[in-house]
Amino acid sequence: MDFLNAIVAFANFVFVPGLAYGAQLALGALGVTLIYGILRFSNFAHGDTMAFGTMATILVTWLLQSWGVSFGVLPTALLALPFGVAATALVVLGTDRAVYRFYRKQKAAPVILVIVSMGVMFVMNGIVRFIIGVEDIGFADGERFLISARTFKEMTGLDEGLAIRTTTVITLVTAAIAVALLFWFLNKTRTGKSMRAFSDNEDLALLSGISPERVVAVTWIIVAALATTAGVLYGLDKSFKAFTYFQLLLPIFAAAIVGGLGNPLGAIAGGFVIAFSEVTVTYAWKKVLGYVLPDSLAPDSLVQLLSTDYKFAVSFALLILVLLFKPTGLFKGQSV
Amino acid sequence: MAEPFLIGSNMTGGYGKGADILHGCTIGVEAGKIAVIVGPNGAGKSTAMKAVFGMLTLRSGHVKIDGEDITALSPQDRVAKGMGFVPQTSNIFTSMTVEENLEMGAFLRRDDIRGTMEQVYDLFPILRDKRRQAAGELSGGQRQQVAVGRALMTQPKVLMLDEPTAGVSPIVMDELFDRIIEVARAGITILMVEQNARQALEIADVGYVLVQGANAHTGSGADLLANPEVRRTFLGG
Repeated sequence: MDFLNAIVAFANFVFVPGLAYGAQLALGALGVTLIYGILRFSNFAHGDTMAFGTMATILVTWLLQSWGVSFGVLPTALLALPFGVAATALVVLGTDRAVYRFYRKQKAAPVILVIVSMGVMFVMNGIVRFIIGVEDIGFADGERFLISARTFKEMTGLDEGLAIRTTTVITLVTAAIAVALLFWFLNKTRTGKSMRAFSDNEDLALLSGISPERVVAVTWIIVAALATTAGVLYGLDKSFKAFTYFQLLLPIFAAAIVGGLGNPLGAIAGGFVIAFSEVTVTYAWKKVLGYVLPDSLAPDSLVQLLSTDYKFAVSFALLILVLLFKPTGLFKGQSV
Repeated sequence: MAEPFLIGSNMTGGYGKGADILHGCTIGVEAGKIAVIVGPNGAGKSTAMKAVFGMLTLRSGHVKIDGEDITALSPQDRVAKGMGFVPQTSNIFTSMTVEENLEMGAFLRRDDIRGTMEQVYDLFPILRDKRRQAAGELSGGQRQQVAVGRALMTQPKVLMLDEPTAGVSPIVMDELFDRIIEVARAGITILMVEQNARQALEIADVGYVLVQGANAHTGSGADLLANPEVRRTFLGG
């Protein structure tokens, strides 16, 4: 019984949250990795692209709510998501037109594009804060729990409860759909294959008549969709705050690099590796250990390796380890 | 003699704003024939071919295909005009399957490409067996076959090969030359640069020996092989 309680506590506090966070990071890292593979630079504005997309979605959500529209047990934000994606796609396409294309024409070095993307990051950062503010904004509505901790306890008779939140399930389902669509697109469609060809060998792609501007535009649209979806899922699961999204840049880049930059499968694996490392290192294991170990060995302290305030140190440490020992990442990606 | 099907005449130029590499160089090939460019290292062999394909700016000279002046066209536009080019290195999409490589070769085409793909598989049967495998996992000779196959997918009138046998074993080299003859028999004009001069001249209808970016000797493959000066200075006796 104690052992079951330990498993349930572990699932409730580590496994399920890690799964949801991992899926959100994976979607973010997919966007970073696509930009790196096709436009060949690390897009520092990605966190703020997520923030912009989420902001647009929140605004549409509020509009829908003011009209009395709701999505039943599901959050209204899911209805607003396509509008958020469209708005973000327009913004990133516009940014590409106004900023990145100029440097692409000059065949600027990737490091210059990275700095350019930092500029874009600051501008987007400002716009988002200007429009929606710097406060924490919760926008999840609908049913909060699929199974609440109390229901679970009553169902199973265990001491520990396993709460399954609606947003967790939505995150996993939406992420799975998004990833499936992305891989179908990249592997089965003509445009998707031309994107992979362009990423693989730019000169040969040009020789084959693949239009770079078209590939770049399609990439930005996909990245806008992935970033907005990742941002909205993260916001539904936790809450929206412009600064938090800016900070998400680190775990997202860590995920993309740990997985192998430019490799979509790697981005997904990296997302989960980073998420689970972060959650396991910052979780206080006292409760789980208390169930598993005999009373004499039960820990007095919290058994928390790192305070949650330091959670970014985990992704940073992993990032450095990977760069030192396996610069191409877990899956064969490009070295940075 | 009528003007050859493809000709780059009196080409002078170099890469970007750099010094001239070609000095009044002329390369031509009749329809359905094989032309080979040979010469010592640094003679501008590959550069001459790239000039024909539009990869460098010519200060003077013209490139014509089938009587049409294409000097001003970009390489991509020349592909649409019926030229296929196989670069010496990075000539395949390594992370994509053999079949996807062929599909990308046919990217400009909007019609049914399956017939052409079958022809490529008939020409290189090993590719049919490996069509679901990533091209980067193949051997050197097989990769060259993928590269040639990719270029053939546009159904070009002219196929240009930049050192197709670089880095492959002698047996594979003979095999590749056989395939190239087969392609020429199908009516496709071939222009190729070769490091293995003797073998290449044996299959050439016309050969060009370049020295320092200019034509040194021109003639049929057999003539050049028989020419004492070419033998002495270039083929090593």
